Amino acid sequence: MAIKNSKPALVVEDLRMRYGDIDVLKGVSFSATQGEVLVLLGPNGAGKTTTIEILEGFRGRSDGTVRVLGTDPNEGDERWRARLGIVLQSWRDHSKWKVHELLHHLGQYYQPYSSPQRPRPLEAKQLIQLVGLEAQANHEVYTLSGGQRRRLDVAIGLVGNPELLFLDEPTVGFDPQARREFHDVIHRLSDLDNTTVLLTTHDLGEAEKLGDRIIVLAGGTIVANGTADQLASEYSSQSEVIWTHNKQRHVHVTGDSTAYLRELLNKHPAGITELEVRRASLEDTYIKIVQQHETSRTAKTGEQ
Amino acid sequence: MNAVLRAARLGFLRSLIEFKQFLRNPQEIIWTVSMSLIFLIVLWFQRNSDINGVSLALLTLPGLLGMTIAQGGFSGTAGTLSYDREDGTLLRAKAIPQGMVGYLVSRVLYIIYSTLISLVILFIPSLFLINGLTDVGWLGLVTFAWLFILGFLATAPWGAIIGSVVKSSGSGWGLTFLPLAGMVAISGIFYPISALAGWLQALAQVFPVYWLGLGARSIFLPDSAALNEIGGSWRTDQTVLILSLWAIVGFLIAPRVLRHMARRESGSSMEDRKQKVLNRGY
Repeated sequence: MAIKNSKPALVVEDLRMRYGDIDVLKGVSFSATQGEVLVLLGPNGAGKTTTIEILEGFRGRSDGTVRVLGTDPNEGDERWRARLGIVLQSWRDHSKWKVHELLHHLGQYYQPYSSPQRPRPLEAKQLIQLVGLEAQANHEVYTLSGGQRRRLDVAIGLVGNPELLFLDEPTVGFDPQARREFHDVIHRLSDLDNTTVLLTTHDLGEAEKLGDRIIVLAGGTIVANGTADQLASEYSSQSEVIWTHNKQRHVHVTGDSTAYLRELLNKHPAGITELEVRRASLEDTYIKIVQQHETSRTAKTGEQ
Repeated sequence: MNAVLRAARLGFLRSLIEFKQFLRNPQEIIWTVSMSLIFLIVLWFQRNSDINGVSLALLTLPGLLGMTIAQGGFSGTAGTLSYDREDGTLLRAKAIPQGMVGYLVSRVLYIIYSTLISLVILFIPSLFLINGLTDVGWLGLVTFAWLFILGFLATAPWGAIIGSVVKSSGSGWGLTFLPLAGMVAISGIFYPISALAGWLQALAQVFPVYWLGLGARSIFLPDSAALNEIGGSWRTDQTVLILSLWAIVGFLIAPRVLRHMARRESGSSMEDRKQKVLNRGY
């Protein structure tokens, strides 16, 4: 991981959103430093999209303080807008444009905001390479597959060489290889260009792989905030013991792995060919966090 | 300001790129041409009949031209805007610095191009079809250009208002097509307005379609034909006045409605619309 600049790219304090008499966000606070990759996890209706839309300046808020690159999104001007990259969940626009033509055209809007430290826009050709659409560069957008279209959306989000990139479920519809390549792109952005990334996902493996920090949102509040390791150790004392004995594979979940291992090796003095002790996966942790929240909450939850 | 001018220039570029895309798309061309072709067939059948020495086709054509202006400004704007909201084009413009400037410029120009195309498709064959049309001359065409601009200004903001408030592209089209068809029916486009009941005549004179038809007739018909109109005159002053009123009120309201709509536009509102489309099953 690269050395991160400690200047905050995002500051959210006591963010509240209310539709009619439904509280969608009930006092959400978090921050991100420059170059950090922040993953927003949470069940549907937890308020992820609402949060991200408020930060993008696409939605007003009911209460709370928000600073995105030092500016309140409600007062963000075009200069501020030029520093953001936005990839939404569903985009079907510009279907008759060719991939290269579209990227090049949209990039030109960013040129007045170019600086020596941060040249804008990025070259369309280079971006097409980055997201692996070389073969489709001169194809019309409507001929792209779902995953290719998504990669184009990511490329458009990057064309202004953003300091902060918002990605709402970016890898839906990606095949495993495209997903792997996309993850490399995100790593490169955060490490080399010091780009801050805020992304939502339902893919826990992705969250674990990409996120410097993971925030779990449930019922309009943050129920967990930390690295994948921190979350796992905070929320789960369980470990998984996996071993192979006489060519047969076994899995056991235990709260006291040392005692279990001692017992296991006593029972089988020979014949164990593989042995692995693993802390609970992020998936286990996540489900536990959300379950804990569901059982403890008393207030009504809102839709996103 | 530099960035704004640049975005306006990019909007102009976009309108050209998208117009080229239109020219490369046979389906859309056929759709655009077919309406004009139907009207041309009507004119073809009317070419040999005449009323008081004026060809019936010559009496009908100006009304059709006036109607086409209203259709482009009103339906064209509403349809484009509601469609762009549905597929995310508008939101994309919002996500880009000065993207809205580029978007608006490109859309206004594009709607003007496509309205002009419809007018030309109707007008050029008519030159060969209808006797007396060539008498109009260049001055007439310049006057028609003025009528085009005024008519566009009088109708486009209202199309933008409808396009901003409707919930889907389908209703964007429907909610403009039906009122327009109603206005056309009472505005003396296909037959003289004097044949209608008095209250219908009064109603028609509230809306721009009647005045666009009247204005076009005043350009293309001999002065003697004015006797068939209400009040026996072309009423040019009133035409300019009423169309200007629609334009002024439209431009007072439309920017507010547009701004309000654009502010509310977000990923989730687009997602909601997409879900509705999917639930309808088409």
